[in-house]
Amino acid sequence: MEKGKGIMGSGRRWAVHFSDNSTAPSSRDIPDPPGFARASVDQDDSTVSRQKKDAESNWKSQKAWEVAQAPFKNLLMMGFMMWMAGNTVHLFSIGITFSALWQPISALQGVGKVFEPYKDNKVDLLGPKLLFIALNLGGLALGVWKLNTLGLLPTHASDWVSSLPPAQEVEYSGGGIPL
Amino acid sequence: MAIRSFLILFILFFFSSLNPILSLYEDQVGLVDWHQQYLGKVKQAVFHTHKTGRKRVVVSTEENVVASLDLRQGEIFWRHVLGSNDVIDGIDIALGKYVITLSSGGSILRAWNLPDGQMVWESSLRGPKHSKSLFLVRTNLKIEKDNIVIIFSNGRLNAVSCMDGEVLWEKDFEGESLKVQQVIQPPGSNLIYVVGFASSSLFEMYQINALNGELLKHESAAFSGGFLGEVSPVFSETVVALDSTGLILLTISFQNGKISFHQMPISNLVKDSFGPAKIIPSSVIGIFAIKMNAVTIVIRVKDESKLEVVEKTNHETSISDALSISEGQQAFALVQHASHEIHLRVKLAHNWDDNLLKESVKMDQHRGLVHKVYINNYIRTDKSYGFRALIVMEDHSLLLLQQGEIVWSREDGLASIIDVTTSELPVERDGVSVAKVEHNLFEWLKGHMLKLKGTLMLASPQDIAAIQSMRLKNSEKSKMTRDHNGFRKLLIVLTRAGKLFALHTGDGHIVWSHLLQSLQKSKVCQHPIGLNLYKWQVPHHHAMDENPSVLVIGKCGPSSDAPGALSFVDTYTGKELSSLSLVHSVAQVIPLPYTDSTEQCLHLLIDADKHAHLYPKTPEAISIFEREFSNIYWYSVEDDNGIIKGHALRGKCTGEVADEVCFDTRELWSIVFPSESEKIIATVTRKLNEVVHTQAKVIADQEVMYKYISRNLLFVATVALKGSVEIGSVTPEESWLVAYLIDTVTGRILHQVTHHGSQGPVHAVFSENWVVYHYFNLKAQRYEMSVIEIYDQSRADNKDVWKLVLGKHNLTSPISLYSRPDVITKSQSYFFTHSVKAIAVTSTTKGITSKQLLIGTIGDQVLALDKRFLDPRRTVNPTQAEKEEGIIPLTDPLPIIPQSYVTHALRVEGLRGIITVPAKLESTTLVFAHGVDLFFTQLAPSRTYDSLTDDFNYALLLITIVALLAAIFVTWTLSERKELQENWR
Repeated sequence: MEKGKGIMGSGRRWAVHFSDNSTAPSSRDIPDPPGFARASVDQDDSTVSRQKKDAESNWKSQKAWEVAQAPFKNLLMMGFMMWMAGNTVHLFSIGITFSALWQPISALQGVGKVFEPYKDNKVDLLGPKLLFIALNLGGLALGVWKLNTLGLLPTHASDWVSSLPPAQEVEYSGGGIPL
Repeated sequence: MAIRSFLILFILFFFSSLNPILSLYEDQVGLVDWHQQYLGKVKQAVFHTHKTGRKRVVVSTEENVVASLDLRQGEIFWRHVLGSNDVIDGIDIALGKYVITLSSGGSILRAWNLPDGQMVWESSLRGPKHSKSLFLVRTNLKIEKDNIVIIFSNGRLNAVSCMDGEVLWEKDFEGESLKVQQVIQPPGSNLIYVVGFASSSLFEMYQINALNGELLKHESAAFSGGFLGEVSPVFSETVVALDSTGLILLTISFQNGKISFHQMPISNLVKDSFGPAKIIPSSVIGIFAIKMNAVTIVIRVKDESKLEVVEKTNHETSISDALSISEGQQAFALVQHASHEIHLRVKLAHNWDDNLLKESVKMDQHRGLVHKVYINNYIRTDKSYGFRALIVMEDHSLLLLQQGEIVWSREDGLASIIDVTTSELPVERDGVSVAKVEHNLFEWLKGHMLKLKGTLMLASPQDIAAIQSMRLKNSEKSKMTRDHNGFRKLLIVLTRAGKLFALHTGDGHIVWSHLLQSLQKSKVCQHPIGLNLYKWQVPHHHAMDENPSVLVIGKCGPSSDAPGALSFVDTYTGKELSSLSLVHSVAQVIPLPYTDSTEQCLHLLIDADKHAHLYPKTPEAISIFEREFSNIYWYSVEDDNGIIKGHALRGKCTGEVADEVCFDTRELWSIVFPSESEKIIATVTRKLNEVVHTQAKVIADQEVMYKYISRNLLFVATVALKGSVEIGSVTPEESWLVAYLIDTVTGRILHQVTHHGSQGPVHAVFSENWVVYHYFNLKAQRYEMSVIEIYDQSRADNKDVWKLVLGKHNLTSPISLYSRPDVITKSQSYFFTHSVKAIAVTSTTKGITSKQLLIGTIGDQVLALDKRFLDPRRTVNPTQAEKEEGIIPLTDPLPIIPQSYVTHALRVEGLRGIITVPAKLESTTLVFAHGVDLFFTQLAPSRTYDSLTDDFNYALLLITIVALLAAIFVTWTLSERKELQENWR
């Protein structure tokens, strides 16, 4: 956590981490101290790393599916909340409905970002992505449905005529009891 | 936590939506409202200036007010408004502590306690026949410390005790045609003379013992020439009268019971006679005045036969009653009008040639002529007599003159307002600073310190009082320029005296006043009557440089064919731009919804011969009018015959009245109500300037009802002929009330409903698509209010959402009233506790805000009643959806919530009308109620949802903002520091 922040943090220009033990080439710019042999580590690197990579990609795809399924729980939660909120328009129900609409939309906007950590050549992310999108669309639909049950969608004739000005009359008449 | 705060919010919201009452806090009284008390034109005034107690003058007025005024400032000590059917005949002060009033045609005598105005006693006097009433209070007639009042009313002479109002004796004068002219009581004797005329040529004299009413003598004598008008007593046993031609003066003396006539032709006294004369009654010994056309002649009677002209003048002259200043000495005042000045002279009755007092007072021309004068004396420090005079002017104002100066004046003409309209104030421009800025920095600082103390609740009671007076005297509200919210306007009012006033809505002060030339008595126009006020020019778009103006319509005389008179008055300056004496009469005025290029409104004046005259008389106006010629109709309601007629325009006038702007009309339709069963008692239409926001009404379950909104709807209420009398004199079976809704273009009756067992008076108000009316239900023995809402059924099938979304509907296209309407009505009735004097409805700029009915109650207060209480869709058990819509469960009576009295603790005595004017701020409407008193306030029927209320806590907002900013700064520095430390770790 600390490390990630150190590298990616925008505020800092540079940093030296003495606890760094990465094998990234960038850290090898500094020559190894005399007597330090790295060869023993490098020796069985290829087999171990392949195994490691396989495990990692497995783990990644598993994780991706997990992430893709996450909105489902959210969906259930939302459904419960909506049921709790009732069908009358007030602060609470409006808040819940708008959060129910906003969450899927923001999630859909950030689909790429959510699956970024699991990006790999070997991992097929299309399935999880589609599932994720579908579930979020479901959430969105739930939100819209809630909006409709609250009567906030302009689906009735009354929503379109409520501010129509009265029609002009062609004729004009005046008068009354003589003064 | 979140849920709890939400709950609190929800409860607050719920309660605020449930509770439409707009009550006022005590310290808000007078912030936006003002109340002014008036009296009306003074008919009679009696001074009370004894050494003990406060000096005061008791007056009775034509608005039937009896009041006691402070003689120093003219303020009202107490006041009673007796009501329009209780006309005051006379007042006087008896026993030095009671004010005696005679009212209702001489049938009710009341005594009021002089210091505080409490009623002491009341007695009713009846007589054998109706006659004019004469009133005498004699302080020298004493029966065991009691004074008696002698009253002649309804053919009977009564002597009433001043102590308790008991009738001591009465004497009937039942002579067939006897018209009693004067009751004379010679000072220092116990005799009363009753003189009068019988059968036009017989002079009758009765001598009566004042102590027991015994008839001592009765003499009569015939005079062949007959008598005209009134008699004026000159001595205790001599009166002066005119013969039937009005050319010969008769001195009638009845000394020792012997009647003798002495004739004197007026031409012998005055060389050039001016036609028939009229006697101006006065009570001064030995002096009387006659008036011939505009010439006033004062005549002195030397002894019973010798007449002598002492003054002849062309100026308007008023003579006061006699004032006895010492034993046997009488003084009286003469007031003459000379252009910018009035001359006041006080003389002794027996010594014409010397003046006790001669003063000239500069007088504003807009007060007109002096109508009446009353004098009172006081003893100066050098033991000589000083006089003060109370004068009543032509514009009904009341002034006190003393030592050549106006001590105080009261604009009592404002008690009789005929019509009201409003005008905008000038726009604030650079360099035109009208309002005064705060005097100096110290004052300003002090004011703000006080306010700060108030908000922090540190203020002492004195400070609170100071803050309150600062709030009330806020110079902002009486500024002479337009404000952003449209609260500041000019109320233009026309009074019965023919004077136009402009009142500022901020604090009610008179901005200008103008006595209209066209409504003043002149050779052409003998009895001018002011009728109505209309907005003539309302500059707003391209004619901003013009001042707005109003049109005043009047006519000469009460008859229907009397010629009309127009005046155009600039509302910024109060100057009369022009005035016109019309050749035609004015029966109807129809403001047309068209304006010319200078924003002058077109008006159509209909005369008694049913010709239409267009004003302004410009070619441009004619061309605009001719474009709309075929679409203009007019209707007339003839309430005497029970006929409503509709007319259309036909073409230019033919015959002798040929004129460019005169048009002939033809009758199109007529509705004849059966005269034996129905009588029109009320008609009401929508206000011309009312704005309706929408034609649709969304009801529960998203359904739409389309309102039938037409400017050409007329509500007519008729009652059975028997039911048009007073409540209580008919049985429910004999009386019914029919309400009609009539289209005034086609004459179509759109709706008709009969209320059996009901009767008038009907008060109604028409707004948007509903009408509310108030009447009496004889069966239930209660007042009722009914509502009729009218909906257009032919539009109800516009249900396709897509068509509406794409705008493919014809809901807003112009419609003709000749297309057959398909309307449905909904109505409901409720009991209402009060009887009602006037009903109005609130109006706002865009018509979005919900409406309130403003009901002028019998107690002269204005009650605001939410229109939701008069919703015909109310049911006993509304469904959930209906409740959400705001429908209140049905109850038989309409609730009267004490907090919803607009006038709070005040009363608008003699309430006659309520006017509502929209402010620029949509939520707010301005309300002006007038009667004898004036009252103005601002109302927000749905609360001020579009602006922060006056009691909004700015301090809290400011403190919160400052606190938040401080918190942001502190946390920012803290986080900076923490980050730095972390980096060093």
